[in-house]
Amino acid sequence: MTKKNKVKTSQTRGEDIQPSVHIDITRKRFRIGDFLAEKIIKGVAFLSITIIVLIFFFVFREAFPIFNTSKEIIKPATEQAKADTQETYGAVTDGDSKVKPNEINGAVSDTSAKKDVQETYGDVTDKQENPEQNGVQKANSSAITAKSTSTYTVSAGSGTDDNQSALKTMLSKEWVPVSEKPRYGILALIIGTFKITLISLLFAAPLAILAALYTAEFANKRMKEIIKPTIELLAGFPSVVIGFFALMVLATFLQNVFHYSTRLNSFVGGIAMGIAAIPIIFTITEDALTAVPRSFNEASLALGASKWQTAFFVILPAATPGIFAAILLGIGRVFGETMIALMATGNAALMDLNPFESVRTLAATIGAEMAEVVFGDTHYNVLFLIGSLLFVFTFVLNAIAEFYVKGKLMKRIQGK
Amino acid sequence: MILDKIDTKNMFLYYSGKMALNNISIQIPEKKVTAFIGPSGCGKSTFLRSLNRMNDLIDGVKIEGKVMIDSINIYDKNIDVVNLRKKVGMVFQKSNPFAKSIYENIAYGPKINGINNKHQLDEIVETALKNAAIWDEVKDRLGDSALGLSGGQQQRLCIARTLAVNPEIVLMDEPASALDPLSTAKIEELIVQLKELYTIVIVTHNMQQAARISDNTAFFYLGELIEYDKTRKIFTNPDKKQTEDYITGRFG
Repeated sequence: MTKKNKVKTSQTRGEDIQPSVHIDITRKRFRIGDFLAEKIIKGVAFLSITIIVLIFFFVFREAFPIFNTSKEIIKPATEQAKADTQETYGAVTDGDSKVKPNEINGAVSDTSAKKDVQETYGDVTDKQENPEQNGVQKANSSAITAKSTSTYTVSAGSGTDDNQSALKTMLSKEWVPVSEKPRYGILALIIGTFKITLISLLFAAPLAILAALYTAEFANKRMKEIIKPTIELLAGFPSVVIGFFALMVLATFLQNVFHYSTRLNSFVGGIAMGIAAIPIIFTITEDALTAVPRSFNEASLALGASKWQTAFFVILPAATPGIFAAILLGIGRVFGETMIALMATGNAALMDLNPFESVRTLAATIGAEMAEVVFGDTHYNVLFLIGSLLFVFTFVLNAIAEFYVKGKLMKRIQGK
Repeated sequence: MILDKIDTKNMFLYYSGKMALNNISIQIPEKKVTAFIGPSGCGKSTFLRSLNRMNDLIDGVKIEGKVMIDSINIYDKNIDVVNLRKKVGMVFQKSNPFAKSIYENIAYGPKINGINNKHQLDEIVETALKNAAIWDEVKDRLGDSALGLSGGQQQRLCIARTLAVNPEIVLMDEPASALDPLSTAKIEELIVQLKELYTIVIVTHNMQQAARISDNTAFFYLGELIEYDKTRKIFTNPDKKQTEDYITGRFG
């Protein structure tokens, strides 16, 4: 019907010399091309939203059993098997020099009181850091961490502990997911993540913003053509390369400069992640600064302001929304950064505000442990909970950006 | 005796080798309104911008000859451009308030000059806004964004912002070209008042405007200064035929 209509219209239009007289505007025509294009674009948009929602839903569903306090998990059969594997694994890893103290410690824990276990374990973790301090096995350190984790994951499945007790340990200070009495101190991981995010931002944001300010306002055209692609090239660096650099070069250098005791710590990790975040913050800030109308520049200079005054007091405030977007993307990058965290932060979940202590981040925990965890285990669920937390934090971050920055802060800087 | 505030001698200006101003010599008296008229692209805006060295911002601009302000050549090597621009303020064709509050827009100039006393700043802001005849319209919303004002108000705000630095000369580059007749009338009235205190040089496309507000008028054509005289003489009995043709609307 519609097609016929269309043909008819085009015929009349073709024959007529004065088409405007004969265009029929009273009948609505169905345009298949427009319709399809519109629907496809709409479909793609909704699909992306659906995918995000589904991912979140899946991740959270896996985490959900943590909150399920009833003890309906049946594990007596597998438990026996696990107890066996524990022995075998212990024997095997005895050969491995590095993991040995942990294994012995595990044996001790069977006999001694639980309070003791916690403390001894803590001590051993610290000792495990010692070889790293001495710089004896720099390259191996993360590998060791991963290895010891794997050993534990398989050997001591926490079948006996129910989810309720796991939930209780969540606010504790320790992240010991694999032991006789597993403790899932997510709080330590959260604080670690925020600590390292803060450090990397304090390092990256000023550098990136100043570099962008220079590129946008002061550099001549040729200089700009060199600086911009160079910094943006850094964004294409695989994070494992940055992590490697931090592990081998940066860590030693910074330790020589600042003389702290733990070689791999949140400071080193933060700086390394900052390096990863700089190009992101730089690029978006530079775009935002370039987008500020040139007339602002002229107006300020005509008032007798110097170039620096103009850049700082006129151009920079005018570009605030863009700069905040840049910083948020930088935060997002650092927040989710896994490889650098694994390689350069020391990976010890210490709840400590000292920047020169090791930390373990949320993302690194998932990265290190997810591949080794027993499917459906409490530990497995907790890892998914961490995943959901990462999701939620990102949402909260964006919400803050949307409502606070664009609302109140902008008003304060740029007037109501 | 009328002092010559601005005095250019045999000034040439080149845009990447192409001549844009050809041998301009003009004496602009103090505390008068001097209007530059002429067709688009004749170099009047370029000349205006060279009076406070705004052309420095454009790559490839070369200037020869002398531009004397208070008997000092502003193109000398050891001239402080920043201070020159404090002395020679400028209002642009398109109103360009900063993305700040009304108060901050005005206070910006004094602040970068080192005035941080709140009381003093308040006073400067009020005086500048009153001088620009916009105080009554904005006094209750000084904290609001300047971008929320109407076009005419924004332009008067820009004038106030220029006045707040207390310049001696105010250059205006078609300040009313984007405004409605009412706002234009207000700005013209303002300019006539301001000449009591400042030397004003204004570029305009609107010949009635030049006739209404200026004391002297200069006619530019193709980068040359064709005629410069008392406004009344230019508009009633010009010496050059080109000037007469332009004013009567026969070309341009």
